[in-house]
Amino acid sequence: MNYSDSTIWTIIGCLAVGTFLIRFSFLGLVGNRTMPPLVLRLLRFTPVAVLPGMVAPLVLWPAATGGQPDLARFIAAAAALCVGYWTRNVVWGIVGGATALYAGLGLTALL
Amino acid sequence: MTTSTAKAPARNAYLAGVRDGWPFIFMVIPFATLFGVVAMDAGLSLGQAMGFTVLVIAGAAQFAALQLMVENAAVPLVLLAALAVNLRMAMYSASLVPYLGSAPMWQRAVVAYLNFDQTYLTSVTRYENRPEMSTQDRFLYFVGVATPITPLWCLMTLVGIYAGAAIPEAWALDFVLPITFLAMVAPMLKSLAHIAAAAVSIIVALILYGLPSGAGLLVAAFCAMITGASVEIWMERRK
Repeated sequence: MNYSDSTIWTIIGCLAVGTFLIRFSFLGLVGNRTMPPLVLRLLRFTPVAVLPGMVAPLVLWPAATGGQPDLARFIAAAAALCVGYWTRNVVWGIVGGATALYAGLGLTALL
Repeated sequence: MTTSTAKAPARNAYLAGVRDGWPFIFMVIPFATLFGVVAMDAGLSLGQAMGFTVLVIAGAAQFAALQLMVENAAVPLVLLAALAVNLRMAMYSASLVPYLGSAPMWQRAVVAYLNFDQTYLTSVTRYENRPEMSTQDRFLYFVGVATPITPLWCLMTLVGIYAGAAIPEAWALDFVLPITFLAMVAPMLKSLAHIAAAAVSIIVALILYGLPSGAGLLVAAFCAMITGASVEIWMERRK
């Protein structure tokens, strides 16, 4: 990296302001005005629309293995999803995924 | 003893948020530590690495910016890529409006600063399940969820800066993020419409993965929201 200190601080400052404005945008400007029912209906799907798409490439092509599919990581992801779905509980989902991951990585190391 | 209960619900909303926020420390500890390590490797000073973490608090965008800075990319490109990764939070912001839009401006600004994947998802789940919550309680709950997460995020970056090189790669800390996000989203798949939205999100995101950072995800999220709403409308008509 060969930026000057002031350039790096400029980047940090712009990212801080830009990120805040993105987060503030609708909440700050729309405020108490009512939004159309169709928009509200679309927005209710925001979490399930964003997260699966964000995670899918990380599961199939993990950076840690140089983008090569990895069975242990795939099974761990499936375990987190299944345990989280059946228990309806985030903590158990994390525990299930982590257990599967380390069991899988341990087995791979032994074989 | 129980005569003055006026303040009790508000206090409980905050504490309920803290209780629901703590599981994310399992994710924040490795992820923030990792950022400290990567920032040092990239050549940032201690102050700059901490500045990033405290001012921006957006894990994925911080990593994206650092990656491009290591490659000595042009400054506008660094900004554009990192902010694109954060654009999904505009969707979060919009989806919080029905719940927090009537809160005072300063409270909305605080929520905006603390609005990231974990706080947003946890809070919105609570708001959906308890429509009777007051706006004030919703604000307190949001701040409660952030309470165990945000200070630890900053602290663990500092730990990564100092202790980073000692963490073995075999711990596979990189995969804590996908596992946590999947565990978060799984309980939200409560109808056919939600499952259809998630499936479309995955398929479109994988197809468009080659696009510049964040762009594919935005398109995927938008397609998924339309799918979810359409399936929901179709199911309501069938009844």
